[in-house]
Amino acid sequence: MPRWLAHVVVVLLVAGLVTLAFLRGEYTWNWAGVWAYRWMLLRGFAATVLLGSAALVLASLVGVVVALLLGSQRPLLEAAGRVYVELIRGTPLLVQLLIGFYVVASAVGLDNRYVVGVGVLALFSGAYMAEIFRGGLAAIPKTQRDAARAIGLTPWQSLRLVILPQAVRLVLPAVAGQFVSLIKDSSLLSVIAVSEFTLAAQEVNSFTYSTLESYLPLAAGYLLLTLPLSALSRLLERRFRYET
Amino acid sequence: MRLEIHGLVQRFGATTVLDGVDLATGDVQSLVLVGPSGGGKSTLLRILAGLDLPVAGTVAFDGRLLPRDEPSLLDYRRTVGTVFQSYNLFPHLTALDNLLLPLVHVHGLTPAEARERVREPLARFHLAEHAHKRPAELSGGQRQRIAILRALVVRPRRMFLDEPTSALDPEMTAEVLEMIGELRTLGTQFVLVTHEMGFARRVADMLAFVADGRVLAHGPPADVIDRSAVPRVAGFFSRILH
Repeated sequence: MPRWLAHVVVVLLVAGLVTLAFLRGEYTWNWAGVWAYRWMLLRGFAATVLLGSAALVLASLVGVVVALLLGSQRPLLEAAGRVYVELIRGTPLLVQLLIGFYVVASAVGLDNRYVVGVGVLALFSGAYMAEIFRGGLAAIPKTQRDAARAIGLTPWQSLRLVILPQAVRLVLPAVAGQFVSLIKDSSLLSVIAVSEFTLAAQEVNSFTYSTLESYLPLAAGYLLLTLPLSALSRLLERRFRYET
Repeated sequence: MRLEIHGLVQRFGATTVLDGVDLATGDVQSLVLVGPSGGGKSTLLRILAGLDLPVAGTVAFDGRLLPRDEPSLLDYRRTVGTVFQSYNLFPHLTALDNLLLPLVHVHGLTPAEARERVREPLARFHLAEHAHKRPAELSGGQRQRIAILRALVVRPRRMFLDEPTSALDPEMTAEVLEMIGELRTLGTQFVLVTHEMGFARRVADMLAFVADGRVLAHGPPADVIDRSAVPRVAGFFSRILH
């Protein structure tokens, strides 16, 4: 069986099972009610795309910087990176958002909840990204640095021309996974009233009392964002593949 | 080259690997270091190649002392070529790009000039047909020959070869040794660490026997291998040659 056919078969099977489950329930569908609020959902979707993209870029930057801290020879810098990663990864994003918005942002007089939301999301995801990057850098054998020094590269050239190109290929799948998580995690921004996709679905639900009709498009919308990310990651992985 | 080493000491933690190496070679084209594993040959070679700093002692090539600070050592490394036992090549680059990288990024050639520079050497060493392969697609012998070529095309003052055939089977060993033999014919100066005694005897102007962190004997290969008066040295060669 070709691979694409296998995918189609599995998707159809899952779709069939889900449909069967819905049909057996006593649920009365009211798609017309939700259709009236479709612009609300679309605006939410667009907001999630924008917020998610901004957070994605920022999180990658945070990840690179913190990964360099984690790999630093200076104890103070390494400790700073380590404390940051453990604090962020050890606490719920929900709490970070609330503290970030109601304590930190208000202390510095920042009242744009979109900026705060993207910032907290980037700091959250950046901690995971940092660990991924650090692992990728550590996985490049010491002999490669030796070879780079032997041909006369500076430390910065060695990082740029030898270490990073190999590390990037190693971490690509994990980074794509982290991007997918970030998109879904952005749904929590609703708790500080950022009107993104999830908040839009909650509002549509409260207007129409049609829970499933409000949340099923939500699930579909997130898949629309995350599936291409996964596909892109597989494509890049194939393109960059080489035996070592 | 004239190599002079005085009182060279190297330690890693509590382990003393070089314990006062002294050696003066006179003017030679090739110096070959032999001796038991763990005796300090590779550690010595890494210092000569400017990759590690010794704890104490001095090294001078042609009367010029090796520098002791990293920026000057980097400049020094750019004037020499070093080949390790294995994993010299960068796996994400083709053989050709491995050759071009130092030429373009260290020695300031344009990509076109660099290609022109490597064209003839690739052909001479029968590697042209492999130029567009990644290291994983090359045999171990081909990988080492590309690595030697990468060190050679920057036109180094001298080359350092650290057991370049130890990870290879006999057939590949032969092809790599043949290439090193050709370098000698071309007039390239080199310091070689090897376990191939027959080859060492053929290419060495001077042979140095390194064990227990010291140079225990040195001189023309035949003198060291066949007629050393030092019991430790004579014992080593009688064990491996008979």
